[in-house]
Amino acid sequence: MMRAFDYVSPSTKVEAIHLLETRWGKTEVLAGGTDLVALMKDDVVAPMRLVNIKDIKELKGIVSGREGLGIGALNTLDELADNEELRRNYPALADALVDVASTQIRNVATLGGNLCQRPRCWYFRKGFGLLPKDEAGKDLVSEGENRYHAILGNDGPAKFVSPSTIASALIAYGAKIRIEGSNGHREVPLNEFYRIPKTDIEREYDLRANEIVTEIVIPSAQDVKAAHYEVRQKEAFDWPLAVAAVALKMNGSRVLSARIVMGHVAPVPWRSAEAEQLLAGSIISEETARRAGEAGVKNATPPFAQCL
Amino acid sequence: MPDYAWPDTEHRTLIGKRIPRVDSPAKVSGQAKYTYDVRRPGMLYGKVLRCPYAHAKIISVDTSAAQKIPGVKAIHIVQQPGSTIFWAGDDVVAIAAVDEPTAEDAARVVKIEYQKLPHFVSDAEPPPNVAEPAVGPLSQIDIWDLELPEEQIAAEVRRRGVSFRATQAVLAQLRRFRMPEVIVDAIARAPYRPLTDETSGSLYQRVATETKGDPDKALVEAEVVSEGLYGCSVITHCCLESHGSIMEWPERNQLFSYMSTQGVSAIGAQLADPLNVPAANIRVHQDHIGGGFGSKFAVDRWHVAAAHLSRKAGGQPVRIMLERDAELEVAGARPSAYARVRVAAKRDGTITTWESRSWGTGGPGGGGMVPLPYIFDVPNQRKEHIAVRNNIGPGRAWRAPSHPQAAVITMGALNDLAAKLDMDPLDLWMKNLDIAGQRKETFREELGIAAELMEWKQKWQPRGQNKFGSLARGLGLSIHLWGGRGHASDCDLTIHPDGSVDIKMGTQDLGTGTRTVISVVAAETLGIPISAINLQIGDSQFPSSGVSGGSSSVGAVSASTRRAAIDARDVLFSKVGLVLNVPPDQLECVNGTVRVKNNPNNSLSWKQACSKLGVMPITVRGRNPNTVKPPDLTGSGVGGVQMAEVEVDIETGVVKVKKMVAVQDCGLIIDLKTAESQCLGALIMGISYALFEEKIMDLTSGRMLNANMQFYRLAGLADIPELVVHFMTGKGYDERGVIGLGEPPVISPGAAISTAVANAIGVSVPFLPLTPNRVLDALARKPGA
Ligand SMILES: Cc1cc2nc3c(=O)[nH]c(=O)nc-3n(C[C@H](O)[C@H](O)[C@H](O)COP(=O)(O)OP(=O)(O)OC[C@H]3O[C@@H](n4cnc5c(N)ncnc54)[C@H](O)[C@@H]3O)c2cc1C
Repeated sequence: MMRAFDYVSPSTKVEAIHLLETRWGKTEVLAGGTDLVALMKDDVVAPMRLVNIKDIKELKGIVSGREGLGIGALNTLDELADNEELRRNYPALADALVDVASTQIRNVATLGGNLCQRPRCWYFRKGFGLLPKDEAGKDLVSEGENRYHAILGNDGPAKFVSPSTIASALIAYGAKIRIEGSNGHREVPLNEFYRIPKTDIEREYDLRANEIVTEIVIPSAQDVKAAHYEVRQKEAFDWPLAVAAVALKMNGSRVLSARIVMGHVAPVPWRSAEAEQLLAGSIISEETARRAGEAGVKNATPPFAQCL
Repeated sequence: MPDYAWPDTEHRTLIGKRIPRVDSPAKVSGQAKYTYDVRRPGMLYGKVLRCPYAHAKIISVDTSAAQKIPGVKAIHIVQQPGSTIFWAGDDVVAIAAVDEPTAEDAARVVKIEYQKLPHFVSDAEPPPNVAEPAVGPLSQIDIWDLELPEEQIAAEVRRRGVSFRATQAVLAQLRRFRMPEVIVDAIARAPYRPLTDETSGSLYQRVATETKGDPDKALVEAEVVSEGLYGCSVITHCCLESHGSIMEWPERNQLFSYMSTQGVSAIGAQLADPLNVPAANIRVHQDHIGGGFGSKFAVDRWHVAAAHLSRKAGGQPVRIMLERDAELEVAGARPSAYARVRVAAKRDGTITTWESRSWGTGGPGGGGMVPLPYIFDVPNQRKEHIAVRNNIGPGRAWRAPSHPQAAVITMGALNDLAAKLDMDPLDLWMKNLDIAGQRKETFREELGIAAELMEWKQKWQPRGQNKFGSLARGLGLSIHLWGGRGHASDCDLTIHPDGSVDIKMGTQDLGTGTRTVISVVAAETLGIPISAINLQIGDSQFPSSGVSGGSSSVGAVSASTRRAAIDARDVLFSKVGLVLNVPPDQLECVNGTVRVKNNPNNSLSWKQACSKLGVMPITVRGRNPNTVKPPDLTGSGVGGVQMAEVEVDIETGVVKVKKMVAVQDCGLIIDLKTAESQCLGALIMGISYALFEEKIMDLTSGRMLNANMQFYRLAGLADIPELVVHFMTGKGYDERGVIGLGEPPVISPGAAISTAVANAIGVSVPFLPLTPNRVLDALARKPGA
């Protein structure tokens, strides 16, 4: 059961931005609602005003140009998975899209909402905060049930893992995210959009409370070979345990450069410099792939001991 | 004396066929109303304010601000200041308001001051030498779980006292569940000792130690000894329809309740005491229930609270249905059970010795022990069990209480023994069937059939041999045993002069097909179509029928319906005999007619026959048990065998079940289709608890972390493989009467799947659920890894 709130449905970006407060907590953007509504029911977020953006036509549509594909934030995951051009030119992204959740969720979940969904950390979802502490201020995750928590980038207070499986594929392709706010708009490489919060008042991404995500732009990937791989315990209706997205620029069988993104291992989608360096200049074989994999987790610091 | 016996094969038109559920159209179309769906005129919404701490004392409760909120109609303090809370989520204050948001707003402004007490929510292995003899008072479930001879259980009850009030209603209920009289008697006389920090005793309580034969000598003489660790974590019942009810007082002293319950006839007696109203003035109604699994027998705090709220609000209906998190946190947990086992055998596979040190938790009382070794009565045994008393919430009976855990531990240990003996476990099981008790011949037959359906001999390979890349395949098996005798049941059957037939019975259909089997038995006996039976169940105003637990419903309702239908039929025969001019015993009901045996042309249609009743309908009552109307139409004791084939990714630790086979006996089958569905459902639930389900507690905060459907994983459609179900029917089975099936098929899946995983990856994964992290850890610890 959620608390009462005001509901507004603007039809332009500008109106929407006006309706948002400058500080987090009072207002929230509502897209497909598959995440936000659950957060409200669990009383993890309790906005006083919901700004529904689904009536904003400017946020829909897909445009393709020379610089790549521009995807409006309101496209549903299902619409994207059905898009011919996307399937042809960005097969790793298409793979990631069809694996998300379930048909029902993909039908309503939007790309913008997917990239801004909140972490699935069970302490966070139970109301212990994004950097979970008990009443005495004790860090709950380190000594608690952390089997699904970060093994990389976990030296600060943030121990959750970044939840979007689409983000890893997009980052491998070098996507950028466009954001609009009262000071106009800006464009950020998607991997810089995510950041590891150090205090309770920060979010896990670079967005102000009165900004909205408008579009995702993926550069042309003609010369790129890419793949997306997920480990899932359950076949459907679930998040993966770990994700890897790889995009390679090749010269014959030799790798010119690599972008390797690991998902569900760190508070942000984790680009592995170690693995990327290892692959650059080498020929792909089972052996190099295995070594790249090992390099990717070489510096991992799992918080958990072996369990029984 | 009429012959009540079940018709033989040649005379069955419906019994034993595949008959669709009578209530499936209502269910698939959404017309079926569950308690959760009921909206009464003027209904108020109740909310329960729950304690956020796992162990605390209530210091003060201040509801004054809540009282002032417009729309709040009643407030009831469930646990007064001074009470101790033993688990997070326990009920403290209940509020009724005109709608849910108002009730929630009011709940937010109630001020409760707690004194936090140290909590303990682990059920990890007890450290050595800490266990003390158990002294804490026993709950009902503790008593059921004591795996001791009757006299010893009675002695324990007298010594430790009971944590519940042993009212006449409670005692009657225990008798209905066939608790031996010595124990009921001990409970009636035992001191009432509510569970408090003072009475509960040590965190680790030695519940039982038992020795049989000469285990030391047998171990010295053993040719092969295998040791291992096995067990199951706590899981929750996770009923899709949560617990709850709607309570209203149409008159000052008359309570009417819609309740999600496994026993409509048994609730009144339990509510009478706390509400101080005669049980005769309480009516309980339920049309459909969305799952109980053993967690909906009793009257819970929230039911009583809803009744109090309604009374305070002048009798207006008050609805309290638990939210999902409360459902998972407080409304049902299956006790955990773990054991270190040593099992020994001769070279030829004859099992000689069993030693186990087991532990587990059933919540604040600690709980009882599981029956080890399961089924195989090994000649030399030594067993010790420690109950871990903690603050994770109370355990409740879960489908075949203690058996799934016992099967996982026993089959796991024997499977490791088979590997040590270089034996196919199927051969080891066969070799030791002589000590497998009453149903050993059934097991022998079933193991043969299951092996064929699984193609066991073609597929089976020694441990860790069946690999393709990172994928490892394996086979596993388990056997199980259950009682399932029908409980006490009364059935009223009426034949009206216009030919219509109605049946009233205070039973309930847990979704298992109870409505369908009653209709099939009546239709078969009266020779009329199932659709001609107008059946009403689910109301305490109907003749009482037992609680649906212990797989006791199908035997009960089939028997009472059969006796009622035979007696009603015979009244009809006596009238029709006069018309057709034959003695009544020359008549039979077939195909919508009442006709003369051997002279089918001399007949009346069913309608014509019934018109001979005159203007008054006839109503007769059938009963079970009924020794003056033999034979016994129900029976007890069923055996089953299950096999699983799995595929494990040894890089990721993910387990997929590829195929399951269930071979089951349950005496005479009334409806083969609902019986098969029952097995299929059990296999699905089994896959779910084998791979996914676990109540995960946070040690620091004492809270359950996965009390919602995103983190409390259940198997989905895509996780379910090919399922093959085979029933033992015909000679040797049919004549045993109708026996229950609700629980037996859910006992073995966990054990079959975990032994299959061991066969696939070459090492046992100690505990269920078999999650990727546990599988990888087991692989890492594998000798030579
Ligand atoms: C059972 C289940 C399984 C799932 N499995 C996966 C999975 O495997 N992989 C995966 O990636 N996801 C998974 N998800 C998550 C799902 O993809 C997201 O819930 C969904 O994409 C969110 O989109 P939405 O439009 O519904 O967002 P909302 O719920 O409407 O919003 C989510 C958040 O984003 C903010 N927001 C939304 N749009 C914008 C915008 N344009 N600008 C700024 N802020 C915005 C909202 O304020 C809110 O905080 C799963 C979800 C469920 C329920």
